[in-house]
Amino acid sequence: MTTHTIDESLDDAHHDHKMKGIKRWLYTTNHKDIGTLYLWFSFIMLLTGGALAMVIRAELFQPGLQIVEPDFFNQLTTVHGLIMVFGAIMPAFTGFANWMLPMMIGAPDMALPRMNNWSFWILPFAFAILLSSFFMESGAPNFGWTFYAPLSTTYSNGSTAFFVFAVHIMGVSSIMGAINIVVTIMNMRAPGMTYMKMPLFVWTFFIMAYLLIAVMPVLAGVVTMVLTDTYFGTSFFNAAGGGDPVMFQHIFWFFGHPEVYIMILPAFGIVSTIIPAFARKKLFGYSSMVYATGSIALLSFIVWAHHMFTTGMPLFGELFFMYCTMLIAVPTGVKVFNWVATMWRGSMTFEVPMLFSIAFVILFTIGGFSGLMLALTPVDFQYHDTYFVVAHFHYVLVTGSLFSIYAGAYFWLPKWTGHMYSDSLSKWHFWCSLISVNLLFFPMHFLGLAGMPRRIPDYALQFADFNKWVSIGGFAFGLSQLIFLAVVIKCIRGGNKAPAKPWDGAEGLEWTVASPAPYHTFSTPPKVD
Amino acid sequence: MSDNTEQKLVKPNNSKVIKKLVFMVFAMFGFGFALVPLYDVFCDITGLNGKTNDVAVVYSDNGIDTSRTIKVQFITRMAKGIPWQFEPIINEISVHPGEMKFVNFFAKNEANHDITGQAVPSVSPGLAAGYFQKIECFCFERQPLRSGEEVEMGLQFYVDIDLPVDIHTLTLSYTLYDITEKKDS
Repeated sequence: MTTHTIDESLDDAHHDHKMKGIKRWLYTTNHKDIGTLYLWFSFIMLLTGGALAMVIRAELFQPGLQIVEPDFFNQLTTVHGLIMVFGAIMPAFTGFANWMLPMMIGAPDMALPRMNNWSFWILPFAFAILLSSFFMESGAPNFGWTFYAPLSTTYSNGSTAFFVFAVHIMGVSSIMGAINIVVTIMNMRAPGMTYMKMPLFVWTFFIMAYLLIAVMPVLAGVVTMVLTDTYFGTSFFNAAGGGDPVMFQHIFWFFGHPEVYIMILPAFGIVSTIIPAFARKKLFGYSSMVYATGSIALLSFIVWAHHMFTTGMPLFGELFFMYCTMLIAVPTGVKVFNWVATMWRGSMTFEVPMLFSIAFVILFTIGGFSGLMLALTPVDFQYHDTYFVVAHFHYVLVTGSLFSIYAGAYFWLPKWTGHMYSDSLSKWHFWCSLISVNLLFFPMHFLGLAGMPRRIPDYALQFADFNKWVSIGGFAFGLSQLIFLAVVIKCIRGGNKAPAKPWDGAEGLEWTVASPAPYHTFSTPPKVD
Repeated sequence: MSDNTEQKLVKPNNSKVIKKLVFMVFAMFGFGFALVPLYDVFCDITGLNGKTNDVAVVYSDNGIDTSRTIKVQFITRMAKGIPWQFEPIINEISVHPGEMKFVNFFAKNEANHDITGQAVPSVSPGLAAGYFQKIECFCFERQPLRSGEEVEMGLQFYVDIDLPVDIHTLTLSYTLYDITEKKDS
């Protein structure tokens, strides 16, 4: 290996000093610092959104109105959705990207470190704007996280401007993050690391970043239209002026469907890294995984109207979107098959990252199956806007995306902190989460099939028993996440010293550097064969 | 790819990639807005969404198909906050495809101030919208009514002879909007 490096005089990141105190975090351009910021921010948002969800579940604990007014209930569901999607899941993945991508491809840092700092530091402002609307006279957005027109335009409670500007800032942040990811992966790979030698983790983030660049601007466009419709007298979605409210749904879901893959493709990448490590086998079907990820991303652009089967589409449209949606089950099935095949006859051990990954495979598949049921146009007419939909997307987002984030966090915590986490406490976190999350979301399937609509503060008596159990599951799941906080704090403060490679089956360049990872890694690119 | 150490000595050209990506961002932002006219064109061509013609058509005499009788129903609804009475004089008529019909709608401004109304039509089932041809319609124009004024407004239409055979009933729905402010500005 030659010791020749990139022109160091141009790159002040190579100075080894870091600033003290708050300035270190405000001015940092170090990918590890920014990754840490993203991860902490997303965890704080998870607890915030979770607190809102607990109020929702408290209200739904029994029929009737006990705790909150219906309008405030709508504000809770709206802000819960926005925070979990844009504040918890997406920043957590950007945090993983920042921490792990440069180390996995043997780069010294992200390609655009200053932009990286910006893309994080505008996020707290976005959520401050959004959350501040709770304390205003008009209240927070109450039109659902999907902000359908005319609920968000004609019938808005006055919070639309706060909502729109918050989403604009979140969008700018995500786009900057995505550009950074793409440029880093294209230009900063270590010598010898060809595209097909990249870890699957890197591939999934690469594809996710392209999806973000393609659809976040469409979201920015549609919120802009909502803004001008509400305050400047345009009529994009107003039939009186020649617009069409159904068009809102088309544009929104053109963004919205790729968005759900933005939140699950990185999860695939994390799980595909962890399962081979603890099965002690190579990932089964690496190239088929890459192509499956790519095809899911491409298909995601032509399935949006499956969210709108009941808007009165012609039969041809419903069939087209139904078949395209079901087609997505094929590459997704390839992935599930590959994960199972990787575990098949492997020397498996069940450390906490692996437990979360296995739970991911099983529970995400349940979410996938309920998705297939929803894809069937005729039955969707029954399930549309019921708790069945709520059960479906919480299975893919909580036991899917969130579980993969936990799996990844436990997998790389030793690398991040230099200490092993407490084994018993983390197992408590896993088992409490696993049991409570199923108590929370599984009965929602039955509630939905029985006809309980989503987004209501009160419900008919026959739904009372299931709702009681769901709420108990909800409180238990919410409190279980505090165990994770305890694990992380304990792990940062101390614990058994972690070796450079704590998992004997793990592969990848990140395990060739010391634990904790030094502030600067791969100033000299490694050689990949 | 044939990356080797020597090639990596040069700092890769980030700005080229960044330019392309930023261009993609702006292109997709524009695409979001381009979807608006595209949607209208698409609905216009396919007749989806129940949108009917918004300018008068000329009656084309392709004969009358007396073997089929189509029920045409009329419904009206008021958008939020327009204090008008607005309803069809007759709720339903039967027509043969190709046959011209004339019906009246009644409107009265019950507010104590002048209001300009605009009725927006929509046909259900949506696929039939392209076959519902309006020769004359009050919905082509704005309806300014003084306080307390009432008016009968006419609609002349025919159902195209090519209407698919499995459609037996058409529902024409008018939604009335208050557009007073917009007219003033």
